[in-house]
Amino acid sequence: MCRLAAITSNDYFSPMENILALETMKEGHDGSGLGLTLKDLGGEFEGLKRYPILSGVGSKKGMEMLDSYMKRKGFKLIHNWSPSLNPVRGIAAREYYFARAYAVPGSCAEGSFSDCEDLLLKTRLELRHLGEPDQSLFVFSFYPDVLTLKEVGDPLEVGEFFGLDRGALKSRICFAQGRQNTNYAIYLYACHPFFIQGYCTMTNGENTAFVPIREYLESRGIPGYMGYNSDSEVFAHILHYTVRHLGMPLRYYKDVITPLMKESELEKRSDKDALRLMRQSLRPLCIDGPNCVIGFTPDGTTFMLQDAKKLRPGVVGGVHGKYAIMSEECGVDSAVPKRDRSTDVFPMKYDMVTISPHAQEVTVWNQLQG
Amino acid sequence: MEPAAGITLDNNHKLSLKELPYLIRWRDDRCKRCGRCTAVCPVKAIEPGVRVQRVTFSEGPVPKPGSQRRVVHVVEQVLDAARNCVGCATCSLVCPNEAIEPELNPNNKILHYKNTGGDGYKRGGRRNDPSISVLDRLKFTRISMLTDPALDAGRHEFRVRSLLGRILPPEELPLKAVDGRLIVDSRAGRFIPPVREIFPIMIGSMSVGALSPPMWEGLAMGIAYLNEVEGLPVVMASGEGGMPPRLLRSRYLKYFIIQIASGYFGWDEIVRALPHMVEDPAAIEIKYGQGAKPGDGGLLMAQKVLKLISGIRGVPQFVDLASPPTHQTKYSIEEAVAKMIQSMSMAWGFRVPVYPKISGTKTARAVLNNLARNPFAAALSIDGEDGGTGAAYNVSLDKMGHPIASNLRECYLDLVRQGKQNELPLIAAGGVGKRGNLAANAAALIMLGASVVSIGKYIMQSAANCFGDEHNRCNLCNTGKCPRGITTQDPKLYRRLDADIVAMRTVEVFKSANTELKKIFAPMGRSTELPIGMSDGLSIDDKAMAERLGISYAC
Repeated sequence: MCRLAAITSNDYFSPMENILALETMKEGHDGSGLGLTLKDLGGEFEGLKRYPILSGVGSKKGMEMLDSYMKRKGFKLIHNWSPSLNPVRGIAAREYYFARAYAVPGSCAEGSFSDCEDLLLKTRLELRHLGEPDQSLFVFSFYPDVLTLKEVGDPLEVGEFFGLDRGALKSRICFAQGRQNTNYAIYLYACHPFFIQGYCTMTNGENTAFVPIREYLESRGIPGYMGYNSDSEVFAHILHYTVRHLGMPLRYYKDVITPLMKESELEKRSDKDALRLMRQSLRPLCIDGPNCVIGFTPDGTTFMLQDAKKLRPGVVGGVHGKYAIMSEECGVDSAVPKRDRSTDVFPMKYDMVTISPHAQEVTVWNQLQG
Repeated sequence: MEPAAGITLDNNHKLSLKELPYLIRWRDDRCKRCGRCTAVCPVKAIEPGVRVQRVTFSEGPVPKPGSQRRVVHVVEQVLDAARNCVGCATCSLVCPNEAIEPELNPNNKILHYKNTGGDGYKRGGRRNDPSISVLDRLKFTRISMLTDPALDAGRHEFRVRSLLGRILPPEELPLKAVDGRLIVDSRAGRFIPPVREIFPIMIGSMSVGALSPPMWEGLAMGIAYLNEVEGLPVVMASGEGGMPPRLLRSRYLKYFIIQIASGYFGWDEIVRALPHMVEDPAAIEIKYGQGAKPGDGGLLMAQKVLKLISGIRGVPQFVDLASPPTHQTKYSIEEAVAKMIQSMSMAWGFRVPVYPKISGTKTARAVLNNLARNPFAAALSIDGEDGGTGAAYNVSLDKMGHPIASNLRECYLDLVRQGKQNELPLIAAGGVGKRGNLAANAAALIMLGASVVSIGKYIMQSAANCFGDEHNRCNLCNTGKCPRGITTQDPKLYRRLDADIVAMRTVEVFKSANTELKKIFAPMGRSTELPIGMSDGLSIDDKAMAERLGISYAC
């Protein structure tokens, strides 16, 4: 089972905190990989918040291709970060791990942010297309103030390998997922968290409705709904589809992936008429679980929810200004040891826990209410 | 030329027993000559006969064998292609001493002779193909286990429901967010098509007329019971031929799909009942084709058009009721089908889903694509070659039509390519439960892309013990001589059938199908939504079929 460790905070912190939390959950993962997505970056990226950051891995050939492509498209390199690698046994180092901040082309800078987001997505997809056949280039995210690192191996060792223990890399939100996908082939693009245009999710459990959901998303005609090397990638895209494309408030994400099925339940909702229509029109996106989903949205809101089949819930705990959203309670103990454990939240099948940006407020919304 | 001396021609044009599809095995020693078998035979394939035979006997205080020529009474099989034994075994059913039974003759040549009078062989029933169908070769191979817990089919909460009706794409829903809450924007002026939530297996179109009164009534009672007592929203289609007038005016109408076909039989009565309807029907089905006899219209033979049927259909008694192969108003799919869908929708104030039914065909995708562009089309029903019928030419039944599996699959994948797989539900039929595996066949079709699966023959066999099989057993539906009383209008025959038992069996069939569907979906980890198009759950033991259906090959 995947283990998930997310932290949202008012202060910058090191992703090592997430990795150490994952380490406490080690009984539950097989140490086959680590994915990290950082949002609201500190350290050397603190002054670069308006520049999109391209995160990825490449060979020498891939990096040359990247440079030439970005130059041709009018992106100007502003800042180049690479982890200072420590050799670790068992992790085969690839040639270049990078996070590069670019100035966008003039035409984009003058347009709306939405248009700019579309250009960034298009650029990432084209780079993926160029680099995937010979695996010379992997790109995970291209978005302002977001950085992604992924590698196969034990999470703690991968953290050491990237030199994250030295504390250079910091952020206010960090998502970490331990364990590569074992239902499908181990592959960098199959590693959570998954990111698209400011929306990010990571998931544990198995998505039994994966194929119809994938077919539905792929047939939306929306760029970026592709890949699906893991059954978990659909959760990020459903979030993007619900909130960005359909313009629904975030909490309706819960109503899309785990809709209320009984009329007696629907009757309790003041928006039942809308829900009835949604349940029909968005029927293919019902996940059927068992899954626990942790995600963030472009404004920095983080959330956790799960479906009815997820028998052991995830947990949210912390203090004002710092909350941990984990698949296991020992992870929360690691990340925020000094807290009132009686206030920890274990979201059940109807619950959606959201934490406002900068970890100011925790809200538990029950799907039967409202 | 003169015939050769000594050879008589008297028997030369007679058939021999070897030509007949079923041979009567009659046991002289068991038969008590009660005459029930010869009286009950629906085709008069057996007759009482009188023969002079040499009989060996022993009698006396010290028995001593002797022989005598005596007149004996026998049961004889008729050597007439028009009266060949059809293997129904009603004779066995009525025999008190198990003295008679038909036996299949696999080497028969009966089709060579079933064209007397210059007309082709007509019959009812199904395609005669006893091989294992594709539906029965499909296996469910994606079993949740350690990566994902399998569900407990008995105790987990399941929802085995589907949708019938045109479903709006999410982008077109008239919703707006007010204070973080979505409301339906009634001022948007958006038409929201009617959608019914139903059990994913329905009873397909079999008309009042094709079926006997107790059969149709029994099914209808079973459907009402399933909905009102068992909470299973099973629906049933009327077939062409209208519906009993009282049912049209009752609150039970909502469980029925009314069919309109090219003969428009029964629609006088339906139109007259319209102002008095207290409920809308579940849907309207426009029949353009039928899997058992593609390109043929409906056919109710004269012998079945008795008083009740002539009343409901508004026609004289004892005339063949042949619906044309096509709707007379139909010029093109763009024009007439769309108009017909709209007319029917308008008749019920756009509150009832209206969908066409076609036979399985290579051209199904063309129809589908047209419907996909018609916002009033509520579904597409495709009836594969293994579908049944009350009356058709044997050649149509056996040789015409398209198997349902690949036809459905290519239609579903076409919808996927257009992103409309959730907008236009596909109803699949034709051979579902052919070998008794109703739930498994239905689940397989659902996972290939069907939203709803429709059955006909299966329910006739399960609920009323229809004799028919793929060896042309019985299949007398067209003659009005159904020995079970299922497809006849002869009161002497249909009195054999108890509508209450049909209703009870209908309820049992759907309840058990519901349980079995859960037993299939549970190990696959699915319980909340129907696994429509979950093709990764299916495999087949044939590479070419796997490739054609876009599923995995397993052996």
